[in-house]
Amino acid sequence: MSPADSHAPLPAPAEPARRRGAFARTVRAELRLVLGRRRNVVLLIGLALVPLLLGVVLYVTQSGAFAGQGPGFIGRVTGNGLFLVIASLFLCLPFLLPLCIGIASGDAIAGEASAGTLRYLLVVPVGRGRLLVSKAIGALVFAACAVLAVALTGLVAGAALFGVGDVTLLSGTTVSVGDGLLRVAAVVVYVGLSMTGLVAVGLFFSTLTEVPVGAMAATVVVAIVSGVLDQLPQLSAIHGGLLTHHWLDFAEFLRLEPDPGVLVQGLAVQAAWLLVFGSLAWARFTTADVSS
Amino acid sequence: MDGIGLEVPQGAVYGFLGPNGSGKTTTIRMLLGLVRPTAGAAWLLGEPMPDAAPQVLPRVGALVEGPAFQPYLSGRANLVRLDAHDVTSDPRTLRRRADDALERVGLAAAAAKPYRQYSLGMKQRLGLAAALLRPRDLLVLDEPTNGLDPQGTREVRHLVRELADTGATVLLSSHLLAEIEQVCTHVGIMSRGRLLVQGPRDELAAADGVEIVVTVPADQLAAAAGVVARSGLGDVQVVDGRVRARSDTVGPSSGDAALEVPPGRVSAALVHAGLDLLGFEVRRPTLEQVFVQLTGEGFDVAR
Repeated sequence: MSPADSHAPLPAPAEPARRRGAFARTVRAELRLVLGRRRNVVLLIGLALVPLLLGVVLYVTQSGAFAGQGPGFIGRVTGNGLFLVIASLFLCLPFLLPLCIGIASGDAIAGEASAGTLRYLLVVPVGRGRLLVSKAIGALVFAACAVLAVALTGLVAGAALFGVGDVTLLSGTTVSVGDGLLRVAAVVVYVGLSMTGLVAVGLFFSTLTEVPVGAMAATVVVAIVSGVLDQLPQLSAIHGGLLTHHWLDFAEFLRLEPDPGVLVQGLAVQAAWLLVFGSLAWARFTTADVSS
Repeated sequence: MDGIGLEVPQGAVYGFLGPNGSGKTTTIRMLLGLVRPTAGAAWLLGEPMPDAAPQVLPRVGALVEGPAFQPYLSGRANLVRLDAHDVTSDPRTLRRRADDALERVGLAAAAAKPYRQYSLGMKQRLGLAAALLRPRDLLVLDEPTNGLDPQGTREVRHLVRELADTGATVLLSSHLLAEIEQVCTHVGIMSRGRLLVQGPRDELAAADGVEIVVTVPADQLAAAAGVVARSGLGDVQVVDGRVRARSDTVGPSSGDAALEVPPGRVSAALVHAGLDLLGFEVRRPTLEQVFVQLTGEGFDVAR
């Protein structure tokens, strides 16, 4: 239908008006889809079970020979329930969190493409940029929910099993419960922000393929390979820029005077990954042919 | 894909035909802005695609390559989700629009069921409902009766006619010739990335000329053939106890007026000659014959 050879020229209707709040509507629909999806709910429940399981194990064994032992912050949990939040995040960071977040963000676009729903969204029409941003928001909210699922059950289980008291910091100083709670909240926020780079990576992979499992696996592999490279002293030159290198820097909040330099550096690395892979995802998705 | 100008007059039902792999779906994808042409441009409703997609696509309802929806959402929730992505739609009227669309495709009773429990026919209906979620100027329906039972096929045909009657233009791609023949006012035939022919359906069918078949008692065959030949028809043959002859039209236009020799004159001549006319038949080529003639009999997928 070229304009030159149309028989009766169609009446040119006024350009359809863009309604206010339209983007919020799109994002709400996306969140309903992401958070209503049974698989994602199961992932969140699975993550929430980690602190519960850890708490129960530590509670049962606390009078045994292994009391007060364990890597990271596990040894401190029995003394103060607040540390169950920290210990659980510490346990979930290397694998479980990246896995769950990789699944949700890798599925974002590729899932729609494989189901064929992507073409119907695009002919609605929804702008590709707008769709990508709403998908990114959905994936980021899921990542936040994943971190919160661990943190909140950790808090509740920790308080119920071990009680909450004044917090002894890494330096040995003791601070009040209120201060301790604030510090734990800061840890949770830092861990949540640490996931943003991974979400962007997942989103980018998701725009490359119509096979969601491929995008999910590739995303998780990036997190794991980053962790492995971080272990090689020969590569210390690039350690600072690795996706996972600063993830455990949340411990900074457990020092008497957290070093803002360390924290800012960790967040800056995430921002860089977010920017690079967000741009790549944008470049790819706004120009790709949708033929599924 | 080369120079395809689908002329779809407003209010027409345009049947878009072509063998598998001829480029029908690719054309539709380009028109809808899903695929960018490797070279050149695509125009839809007089606007360039995909650049004008935000302005044009709200006026276009599409069913492309079968229905696809979120399997875990109900039919209704799927419509709501699609509408939530439309920046120009009014959320306040959504409930009524969704109900109307579901009602029109006969899916109201199953609206609350999850999509994955739908039969193929129900999925197809939901796809149509999505295309009808708001008033459209153009409906692009790619194989809309795929997977439907005869009842559903009839309903879709009915729906398409009804839509055309209310002023919507319908572009219907199908490989079911009978279906196109029954609903479409216009036809375009595509093969190997080229549009071979298009125009009003009747003209296309008439363009190939008509065949006249005369049945008379066996002993009068020769006499009848003589009369037919003298009346000006060409290619007179006696086959299977019948006289066959062709009357080629002058140019592609419809109606008997364009025939060189009006069939009525032939029958009158036969009667006048005192022959016992047992049967007189004017055969127009079916769309299928036109189609096969243009695209070939072959079974291979076009490259």
